[in-house]
Amino acid sequence: MDMAVEAGVIKQHLIDPEICIRCNTCEATCPVNAITHDDNNYVVRADICNGCMACISPCPTGSIDNWRTMPLVRAYSIEEQFTWESLPAELSTEELEAAGVSAEAAGDAAAAVPAQTQAQAQAAVESVEPVFNSAQYGATVPPWSAAHAYTNLFAPKAPTTATVVGNFNCTEAGFDSETHHIVLDFGVVPFPVLEGQSIGIIAPGVDAIGKRHHARQYSVASPRNGERPGYNNVSLTVKRVTEDHQGDPVRGVCSNYVCDLKVGDTVQVVGPFGTSFLMPNHPRSHIVMICTGTGSAPMRAMTEWRRRLRKSGKFEGGKLMLFFGARTQQELPYFGPLQSLPKDFIDINLAFSRTPGQPKRYVQDLMRERAADLAALLKDGASHFYVCGLKSMEEGVVLALRDVATEAGLDWDTVGAALKREGRLHLETY
Amino acid sequence: MSTINYSEKIPNNVNLGEDRTLQRALEGWQPNFINWWDDVGPEGSTNHEVYLRTAVSVDPQGWAQFGHVKMRDYRWGIFLNPGDANREIHFGDHKGEKAWQDVPGEHRANLRRIIVTQGDTEPASVEQQRHLGLTAPSMYDLRNLFQINVEEGRHLWAMVYLLHKHFGRDGREEAEALLQRTSGDANNPRILGAFNEKTPDWLAFFMFTYFTDRDGKFQLAALAESAFDPLARTTKFMLTEEAHHMFVGESGVSRVLARTAQVMNELKTDDPLKVRAAGAIDLGTIQRYLNFHYSVTIDLFGADQSSNAAIFYSSGLKGRYEEGKRGDDHVLKGQTYKVLEVKDGQLVEKDVPMLNALNEVLRDDFIKDSVAGVGRWNKVLEKAGIPTRLTVPHKAFNRQIGALAGIKMSPEGRVVNEVEWAAKRDEWLPSAEDFAFVASLMGRVVEPGKFAGWISPPVMGINRQPVDFEYVRFG
Repeated sequence: MDMAVEAGVIKQHLIDPEICIRCNTCEATCPVNAITHDDNNYVVRADICNGCMACISPCPTGSIDNWRTMPLVRAYSIEEQFTWESLPAELSTEELEAAGVSAEAAGDAAAAVPAQTQAQAQAAVESVEPVFNSAQYGATVPPWSAAHAYTNLFAPKAPTTATVVGNFNCTEAGFDSETHHIVLDFGVVPFPVLEGQSIGIIAPGVDAIGKRHHARQYSVASPRNGERPGYNNVSLTVKRVTEDHQGDPVRGVCSNYVCDLKVGDTVQVVGPFGTSFLMPNHPRSHIVMICTGTGSAPMRAMTEWRRRLRKSGKFEGGKLMLFFGARTQQELPYFGPLQSLPKDFIDINLAFSRTPGQPKRYVQDLMRERAADLAALLKDGASHFYVCGLKSMEEGVVLALRDVATEAGLDWDTVGAALKREGRLHLETY
Repeated sequence: MSTINYSEKIPNNVNLGEDRTLQRALEGWQPNFINWWDDVGPEGSTNHEVYLRTAVSVDPQGWAQFGHVKMRDYRWGIFLNPGDANREIHFGDHKGEKAWQDVPGEHRANLRRIIVTQGDTEPASVEQQRHLGLTAPSMYDLRNLFQINVEEGRHLWAMVYLLHKHFGRDGREEAEALLQRTSGDANNPRILGAFNEKTPDWLAFFMFTYFTDRDGKFQLAALAESAFDPLARTTKFMLTEEAHHMFVGESGVSRVLARTAQVMNELKTDDPLKVRAAGAIDLGTIQRYLNFHYSVTIDLFGADQSSNAAIFYSSGLKGRYEEGKRGDDHVLKGQTYKVLEVKDGQLVEKDVPMLNALNEVLRDDFIKDSVAGVGRWNKVLEKAGIPTRLTVPHKAFNRQIGALAGIKMSPEGRVVNEVEWAAKRDEWLPSAEDFAFVASLMGRVVEPGKFAGWISPPVMGINRQPVDFEYVRFG
């Protein structure tokens, strides 16, 4: 999944040099080699970091967990970061606007900064106000009935080759944010994937400093038995950004490469990745899916697997509920196919934030509207919740779950802890 | 695959269930381990529920799972980093050959010795720290101590697995002996000197975790290069845990310095007696603790010149720190390295064969790494406007091992006679009175969010939790 770059604004990932103990864990952990160091500091390359968060939990100090809203053109270079003795403050609204960043875009990016960053700002006092931290409820274990996932069969040093067997735009044509549905075939090479896992693609060529491109991760959008049942293939949902709000071209190296692939082309693939964001296999388990944009990829995979199971009569009434957000209906990937799914199979709720003449609606608004049904699901130990999409929605979604639980007379701390412990709430945001 | 199977009695990701003999042997060792934990593990902690980090897999997504658990129920087990079937030996005489999955007969004795020496340090530090829980300066610090203790316990498991799996009966006997030696026991001490020293107070604990666990980091990093693949994979995962131990040390001393600087500024004084009277630890005492822990720790790297070090390297058992990032030939024959020796009462440098000086190479890498952290401690003082700076003593100060053992030397690196050493010793190393003063500050503070008066709160909590989170629930 590419990090969201909207309106030329990024949430730049930075390391706090005052807290970092230079233990090298982050550099050793980063799957895309975005982290490097000199004798002074450990630093993150903004052009490589994909916000996958793999480095966050292994860091013993918390110094790794810092984010700054930055105009893309002014992202801090690693040379700058090497000289730092402390982190720079957030740019002010005026500074951002001077760089051509609208307050709205900056707000979107700032909202995406993890909650604990604000906590840091008021830390070092004897009594810190507790800050709601959505990430703490995310499970690191899969549901008990999940299938066993294979991971890291192909490393960046030894990728495998897949052939493109399909590529089409799955949003309405003519929009700047077109999203492609890509199908890759592995032939006879074993590449087993499960719904919720991701794979890495290495774009050909070299970057600005002459190094081979790093792999970019994309969630698998097809079920375990193939995009076409019984074939050794997977599909991906990849969004290309062609221009920013000023009309200047912005090109994500890998997403444009992937969207431009032709049938018959070959690509270098690494992975698979992911051991916890996996669906339950239990025939009476419920799945609640909450996503935005290309975060729909794993949801499509899970829905399709359930649809195939149901067709073969192997299902006993586990519920499916989907909350799906996009700016407009035209930009919602798979809008057409979603409409044709039976209502008694999946309960679909769509939220659009930029429909002209309509109030903005986000997935968490819809969740609150559906509080009664969600509360019943929260009370049921067979319910599993999956959140995938922009980082900015994560907190709102988990807060909505908390409020739904509380209003239904449940103790959120107990429910939240159980969801995490039992692998029933999965957060994958970027 | 890297997922850890927790359904078995001994959590592992090495398919233990498929090797019944090994499984039975380890299950036989397990009760003795638990007895050892109960006997000499953290005192009075049996019923505490501690907010611990547990690995559920060895990839980034799963290796840090947090939750309240009783330490006795911590999921000790055997976790190896994922293997690479095509891994090649990348240094020494076997460079370019396939890494070994089993112990070659000719290297058996040396590998066993390396693993036993490393394994012996793990339970030793738990024994050294067992009383510290009774004088914790905060609940946050208490949790960090316990996290370190359980991980040292797991590191013992890691080494015992290698002994049981690859060294047959000798290995099983060595694994038993690891539980029988005790830190500081006159009759059956731990193998290495630093691990028989006392860790009497929390300042000593922070210095120990900063310096001595850093020795662990460098030894583990050197073993993570090993041609013996199971050892390399085991130590690679241990390194991930070791980082937390060094964090506790580095941030602990930083917080002591921050509090001392705050008191000095409030009282507008640099008089150590006034600082002490205000309940903070004066900078002179902190420097003396630093001198002691630094000098004791650099002894752990062994003799400056060692034929064993050469053999370990050339035969592929133990590499250098970050071997893969070095630009030389990785064989090192015919190359030299400068070491210190004493001539006519003065220190002089001399060139010796690089292979024989590899202990010194590792020691110098360690020194560079430690000095950088001391520089970060000095930034705390600088920011507070305090002119004093901490320094690491000379490499030859207070050494008991190698060519520099027994030389009387000031921290600045001046050779001194016995008379001056005796007169100045208490200026350079912690005195009985220093220990008594620090001990007098050690009261137990365990109310969430409260901290003892000699240490500042941390900048942030553990795993994004607030500083006043209930890190330990007292049963």
